[in-house]
Amino acid sequence: MYMCTTLKEKEEGAIKLVNIKEGKFLGYRRPDGKVGVRNHILILPTITCATRAAKQITELVQGTVSFIHQHGCAQVGIDYDQTFRTYVGMGLNPNVYGVVVLGLGCETHQARSVSDEIAKSGKPVVTVSIQDHGGTLQAIAEGAKVAAQMVQDASAIIREECDISELIIGTECGGSDACSGLSANPAVGYLSDKIIDHGGTAILAETTELIGAEHLLANRAVDDQVAKRVYEVIEAMENRSIQMGVDIRTGNPSPGNLKGGLSSLEEKSLGAANKAGSRPLQQLINYAEAPTKKGLIWMDTPGHDIEQLTGMVAGGAQIVLFTTGRGTPTGSPIAPTIKISTNSSIYKKMSENIDLNAGSIIEGEETVDQVGERIFSEIVNVSYGKLTKAEILKQHDFGIWRIGPTF
Amino acid sequence: MSDKNKTVMMKPHDKVAVALTDIESGVSLEVVCQEKTFHVTLKDPIAFGHKFAVAPIREGEDIVKYGEVIGVAIKDIDVGAHVHVHNLEGKRGRGDKIGKH
Repeated sequence: MYMCTTLKEKEEGAIKLVNIKEGKFLGYRRPDGKVGVRNHILILPTITCATRAAKQITELVQGTVSFIHQHGCAQVGIDYDQTFRTYVGMGLNPNVYGVVVLGLGCETHQARSVSDEIAKSGKPVVTVSIQDHGGTLQAIAEGAKVAAQMVQDASAIIREECDISELIIGTECGGSDACSGLSANPAVGYLSDKIIDHGGTAILAETTELIGAEHLLANRAVDDQVAKRVYEVIEAMENRSIQMGVDIRTGNPSPGNLKGGLSSLEEKSLGAANKAGSRPLQQLINYAEAPTKKGLIWMDTPGHDIEQLTGMVAGGAQIVLFTTGRGTPTGSPIAPTIKISTNSSIYKKMSENIDLNAGSIIEGEETVDQVGERIFSEIVNVSYGKLTKAEILKQHDFGIWRIGPTF
Repeated sequence: MSDKNKTVMMKPHDKVAVALTDIESGVSLEVVCQEKTFHVTLKDPIAFGHKFAVAPIREGEDIVKYGEVIGVAIKDIDVGAHVHVHNLEGKRGRGDKIGKH
């Protein structure tokens, strides 16, 4: 009985953490002035064939994280650039204290070039090459040795009081249903406005899932140039399906979206656009690019959950909000991902994956604003160190939006 | 559960409303959106999250939800009928329509 009571008391929002001033949190200040909410050592494999060794380093050294991918070689032009920018952005994210860049040696995405870019931020970076170190085992030993020192150095950092204005919050929706546009997305929209009113930044992404709602965002652009870019990225995305001669609905909305009651991409988009709240659109940036302005930012990404998540995190998002109607386990190796259900039944069904429930809006038990305030509190708690469900389950997803063929 | 919590209609000139619970065919509902009230008898069972027409929609007519176009009717849709992929088509990203006029 006691156990049951304890567990019940610890349901969502019931744990009281250290009291802090409104609009503040404790973060890790980096040499470039940016602030992290986590203190990871990233083992960054620049090529597929180094991902296995990178994973083995994380098994040896507590406090390190890595990710699996299939890129980094035989890539050219803007596709090369986008993958390169994504690697560098992951290393530059302020949730990362230091980086071990692990390459094979002969790949197009040279580990050394990635390290040089990350090193400009002043954070510790070491390059390890499997070929130069004479094989997998030596490279693992070398990588683990430098990572272990970084972990100890990172652990000695004292956190300082930081302002919410220093946060970049990524927003996304995945496994949407008809409730997404009614509950969780409007609540994230409320939160987005609140973060921006505190001087912070919110990223809206998934260009595909704004097709049909672009005029609403273009009308909120700060100037004509941003409005023009809105129509350009939408047209480019829509043309990709047109050039393939297919109905985009064969891939988006997904079968789960359709089952959830969404009938067309436009309908899904109009629900998705609610995440953007009501503040002016300041800037439209490329995939995995860091915003140079504060406020509402649109990053041009596909609707693919992991690719957009990766793009926003590589762009500097310290925390991501992820709304879901069908349920999803998604998380990032370096950025806490707070998942918010659009309906109460999926929250109950997948409570091990979902952090907050916005289904109470559908039942008339809470307003959009009330849920938005709960999301804000959760962001502050997570900034302090409260772990998200995806972090606990080691859901280290990573995927790059490839825009060219492999040669 | 009162009618108020069974369905939601986003904007007064929308053509569809959304079921917030599974509702059986034949059920009569009062759907309220701002100053407008619609009396609808369902012609199909409507699952949680799915849409039904609150006004008659003719083939070729735009279907409006959130006050915006979500697609086009590919057949006449009666009041109270389920609105989904069998009678609604998206208008955007239609590479399949190229050269097939």
